[in-house]
Amino acid sequence: MAAADRQRPPFVAMLRDSALAAVVAALLAVPLLGVRLVDNAGGLTLDYRLPLVLYAAAAVFAGRLLLSLAGHFLAPSFRDMTVSLPRMPRNSLIIVGWVLVAAAVLLPWMPFAERNLVDKLTLILIYVMLGWGLNIVVGLAGLLDLGYVAFYAIGAYAYALLSMHFGLSFWICLPLAGLMAALFGVALGFPVLRLRGDYLAIVTLGFGEIIRVVLLNWQAVTNGPNGITGIERPTLFGLSFSRAADGPTFAGFFGIEFSPVHRVYFLYYLILALALMTTLFAQRIRRLPTGRAWEALREDEIACRSLGMNPVTVKLSAFAIGASFAGLAGSFFATRQGFISPESFSFIESATILAIVVLGGMGSQIGIVLAAVLLVGLPEWFRDLSEYRMLVFGGAMVLIMLWRPQGLLSRREPTILLDPKPASAGATVP
Amino acid sequence: MLSVEGLHAAYGRIEALDGVDLEVKQGEIMSLVGANGAGKTTLLMSICGAPIVTAGRIVLDGEDLAGVPMHEIIRRGVGHVPEGRHIFPRMTVLENLRMGGYAVDPKHFSADLERVLALFPRLKDRLSQRGGTLSGGEQQMLAIARALIGRPRLLLLDEPSLGLAPLIALQLFQAILGINRDEKLTVLLIEQNAYQALKLADRACIMVNGKITLRGTGAELLANPAVQAAYLEGAA
Repeated sequence: MAAADRQRPPFVAMLRDSALAAVVAALLAVPLLGVRLVDNAGGLTLDYRLPLVLYAAAAVFAGRLLLSLAGHFLAPSFRDMTVSLPRMPRNSLIIVGWVLVAAAVLLPWMPFAERNLVDKLTLILIYVMLGWGLNIVVGLAGLLDLGYVAFYAIGAYAYALLSMHFGLSFWICLPLAGLMAALFGVALGFPVLRLRGDYLAIVTLGFGEIIRVVLLNWQAVTNGPNGITGIERPTLFGLSFSRAADGPTFAGFFGIEFSPVHRVYFLYYLILALALMTTLFAQRIRRLPTGRAWEALREDEIACRSLGMNPVTVKLSAFAIGASFAGLAGSFFATRQGFISPESFSFIESATILAIVVLGGMGSQIGIVLAAVLLVGLPEWFRDLSEYRMLVFGGAMVLIMLWRPQGLLSRREPTILLDPKPASAGATVP
Repeated sequence: MLSVEGLHAAYGRIEALDGVDLEVKQGEIMSLVGANGAGKTTLLMSICGAPIVTAGRIVLDGEDLAGVPMHEIIRRGVGHVPEGRHIFPRMTVLENLRMGGYAVDPKHFSADLERVLALFPRLKDRLSQRGGTLSGGEQQMLAIARALIGRPRLLLLDEPSLGLAPLIALQLFQAILGINRDEKLTVLLIEQNAYQALKLADRACIMVNGKITLRGTGAELLANPAVQAAYLEGAA
């Protein structure tokens, strides 16, 4: 935008732009709002509601104009809307991280903690864990995976089926489910090795759908759309959280009164532990050759080949390890719900997890927590807003992408530092 | 050390190399000079195992490289500095160098790091800076330093002077000469900057349309009137 344009507001252009938007809105509103089918005694008739179309057009006109004016006066241009956070010292993020962990551990003991809150936090933590897991694939290795929910589903079904048919306990099934998901990760990895970016995204999307459709139609094994019910609940070293069980119960062992809340809290700590394991693993592996190779592959594949890296093994390991965390989360999901069906593993789940990773700032662990709270937590708390929820959600996403197109927290921390002086000279590269 | 015999390579039906013979001897700098599209980079990629070779042999230290994947060739002691630098922009210089040691025993890293930093002192001040923030010349130094961390016996350089100011390019060539003389590292250099490349070279080849048309020592080719007319007009 030229400087001259900024001094004199281009009102004419704004009006023209707004009018155009209003026309488009009117055209869209005619079929959406303007016509309604009415079920009369004599059959169906059309009811025309043209004022509604005009209202919609007027609203869009006013909104568009206001937006242009706001854009003109408040921010010189939309490009300048991006805000940069103050550069925090390296250690402060680590401190924030530990404070968050401490808060998460202590939270159920707080006076305001009640079952509902802990339940919601458990749900958020599932997505945090999924986000951290997907971050290995997308954020570190740069492989855009739109079918991540498939591994989540595989983990869930792996646990449900193993527990149902072989009576294996949750703790035995957990690693098996992770392993199973990792195997499927490799199975997906092989055919897509040559693909990158959008092409990879499309194939992984297809893979996610294939898994869901198989779960839906393989009646004999998965019980199809009816799902699997009565999945065994987890135990704490063999202590059951039921009121009465064959074995010892948690309440009985500790001599406290039975309360269903115990299980809720137990599940909360379980997913907290699993999620922390995921992030600690991700932090650690970034500093090891495997993790560094993932990041290098994301940056420049040609260079990686020139350095003697075998992209096949590097990509497969990223897929497998990322998938295994989804598998762990999946079996937790199954044991928490006690019921799973293909419905829980639709594409929108993959999209949500990916949105969490992108919004959080690819590769940022704390950013993902923030994004999970925003994307999963807020819609849960604002259920009262019912259908406006998605509208607010969409609007929030647009705003965030305008302000922080690179995600909430996107600074990449170096994995090795010079010993004596801290790395501070690095300028940020978007 | 490296010998290429009757190499043909093609991209689909387009023939890029038309019977190339090349011998690189231990400890020398061999320069390969040619215009755009002459097949220089294709030759280098073929040596690195790109699956475009249709006929001929590539032998490294007596071993035929046919069918050996690129990462394995690199691990056998070939350092490759790709055309256009290809450093990791979001990683720090130190991390870039660390990646250079991906295929070698990590116990060598600290000694190797000191060695390459002595060679390119400019990088020393930039260690914690992100690769993408370096200047073009520094990026090229980083790319070469990174390849050296991989402890190659044969270094393949693909147009290191690409897009660099003449003075920076000169420094770079001096550094390459230094590596060759001090560490006895064999170098195969591909260049369009014919004057510098020939001046540096022990032996050199001129490549035109997928064939090597002239061979000789660097000095011989520099003095050759045909070479002067085609590549050195106005230079020197």
